[in-house]
Amino acid sequence: MLHPMAKARTAAEGTVPPPRAPASEPPAALTVADDPVIALRGAAVRVAGRALWSGVDLCIGAGEFVAVLGPNGVGKSTMIKVLLGMLPAADGEVRVLGARPGQANHRIGYLPQRRSFDPSMRIRGVDVVRLGLDGDRWGIPLWPFGARRRAARRRIEEVIELVGASTYAYRPIGTCSGGEQQRLLIAQALVRRPELLLLDEPLDSLDLPNQSAVTALISRICHQENVAVVMVAHDVNPILHHLDRVLYLAEGGAASGTPEEVITSPTLTRLYGTPVEVLRTSAGRLAVIGQPEAPALHTDRHADRHAVGPAAGGDHAAG
Amino acid sequence: MLLAETAAGPAWSWNLITDVQEMWSFPFMVNAFRAGTIVAVVSAAMGYFVVLRRQTFAAHTLSTVAFPGAAGAVLLGISAVYGYFTVCVAAAVVIAAVGWRGGGGGADEAALTGTVQAFLPACGFLFIALYKGLLGGPQSLLFGTFLGITTSQVTVLLGVGAAVLAALALIGRPLLFASVDPQVAAGRGVPVRALSVTFLVLLGAATAEASQITGTLLVFALMVIPAATAQTTTGRPGTGLALAVFLALAATWLGLTTAYYWPYPLGFFVTSYAFAGYLLVRSGRTLHTWLSRTRAPLLYKEATA
Ligand SMILES: Nc1ncnc2c1ncn2[C@@H]1O[C@H](COP(=O)(O)OP(=O)(O)OP(=O)(O)O)[C@@H](O)[C@H]1O
Ligand SMILES: [Mg+2]
Repeated sequence: MLHPMAKARTAAEGTVPPPRAPASEPPAALTVADDPVIALRGAAVRVAGRALWSGVDLCIGAGEFVAVLGPNGVGKSTMIKVLLGMLPAADGEVRVLGARPGQANHRIGYLPQRRSFDPSMRIRGVDVVRLGLDGDRWGIPLWPFGARRRAARRRIEEVIELVGASTYAYRPIGTCSGGEQQRLLIAQALVRRPELLLLDEPLDSLDLPNQSAVTALISRICHQENVAVVMVAHDVNPILHHLDRVLYLAEGGAASGTPEEVITSPTLTRLYGTPVEVLRTSAGRLAVIGQPEAPALHTDRHADRHAVGPAAGGDHAAG
Repeated sequence: MLLAETAAGPAWSWNLITDVQEMWSFPFMVNAFRAGTIVAVVSAAMGYFVVLRRQTFAAHTLSTVAFPGAAGAVLLGISAVYGYFTVCVAAAVVIAAVGWRGGGGGADEAALTGTVQAFLPACGFLFIALYKGLLGGPQSLLFGTFLGITTSQVTVLLGVGAAVLAALALIGRPLLFASVDPQVAAGRGVPVRALSVTFLVLLGAATAEASQITGTLLVFALMVIPAATAQTTTGRPGTGLALAVFLALAATWLGLTTAYYWPYPLGFFVTSYAFAGYLLVRSGRTLHTWLSRTRAPLLYKEATA
């Protein structure tokens, strides 16, 4: 089950998970874990001439579960794209899996934000998962009965079982529901045993029981197989218990650390420059009140999402 | 049309072997079958991706460009074959370049292709008007003909067809990835843009091939209908491709045979057979879905797998 690289690392370090890095590291102490999966130092990004976040310092070790939070349009998806090397950082240093972004993408599992397949897309879910395994290879496989093909088929079945998608994986993916498609896409991201998972709102279009099931699954993969996970989320509550670290993005700045340190009234007030209050219910849920919304310019694009009530992403009464 | 004028045209005898033997005793029929076979295989394989990528509009544009290309070549005294290829591939490059500049597949591309679609057929008719001696008028270019396919034309079709298929085999898997899931494919380092340009150029060549059998107005008969039928039937990429090729071959062979005995344009017959296959599969599927829904909902999986 364990990725060979992860296995080697585990053997070297003893037990899983590796030591958690203390939060809010000053840039000088970035090399906490001996081999960070992601290291950002003073990173900033510009999209279409406009600066989004800047001054982001972050160091993520193997087997860490990190959430990226912030209001709509702040640049969370852009952060994922920077980590994939699809967009250059405007400033600072970005290292992913010990290389420049984009150099080690075959070791990364990526789930883009909100994709849904057209109902007329007549490709089976299992084929979509398979594309995650060998879709980037040139040429066509001529001999379908080799040991490698058998191993590939076994791996695909295994990962589909892992996400609980066996019953609908053999149907055309267009006929699957949004949540079913999401599970298949998570399987696609996992199929190559990545060392890093970049998940952009994977809980989107899942109902509450499925949100906790998928979160538990990702957390298990993260901690058992020592896979680093960066998950963009709108509501921190379903994943709060599993998180090692959060990165809060704001226009012009960012704050990272453990959830206890970052999701607090003083930190968020300082980050956003307006009074923000964080309430903690007896059940341990968090509610962030008074956090500014996305810049007015971009509110239209996200009008539908505001209605959903994103906790820790806007005004939200904890439930 | 030649056959229609001979009073005693070939007659269908219900003895399949002698019929086929008689039909293939004419070298032009043998060439027509060779050309049709090559074209059917290439078009169906390309068509599978056209349907998957929803690029039927681009395919249609390329086919409308094929007509003035062929007419222009005839006017210049060159074989129509070269006209088809030159103009289709050039048009594919233009569409790809504009799509590239406009950020890929946007409204820009649609507007441009629409404009091109209106202008070029008009040129085609002008060329035909200028060249008065064209055999059978524009019909054979628009609706296809099997007459007068020479051995050298078959060789050209074979060479281009083999090149297109080889290129498609090479880029097949990344192209499938980029068609189904462009974002993840790009994340994996698949050159999504370059693939889409390459695909358009291949599509230009394939359209030029298909135009010569079905006529420029009916290239969808081999390019889209078999692939759409196959994708209605199966969700497996490999099986779907094979089925599309089989259906295109069946439509072409049946169409050629019918056109030999019946004095109507070849494109009409090929299209009719392909369309009949589509209707059959479509209604069969609806029936199957309906039956399995009334009996046991779980059977749906088998119906579509
Ligand atoms: N190609 C682009 N051209 C211009 N602006 C862009 C482009 N891509 C993103 N942006 C802008 O960059 C900002 C950040 O976008 P991004 O998608 O990263 O936001 P996000 O934090 O993921 O928001 P959401 O919560 O809605 O997913 C937005 O204001 C968006 O409008
Ligand atoms: Mg986003």
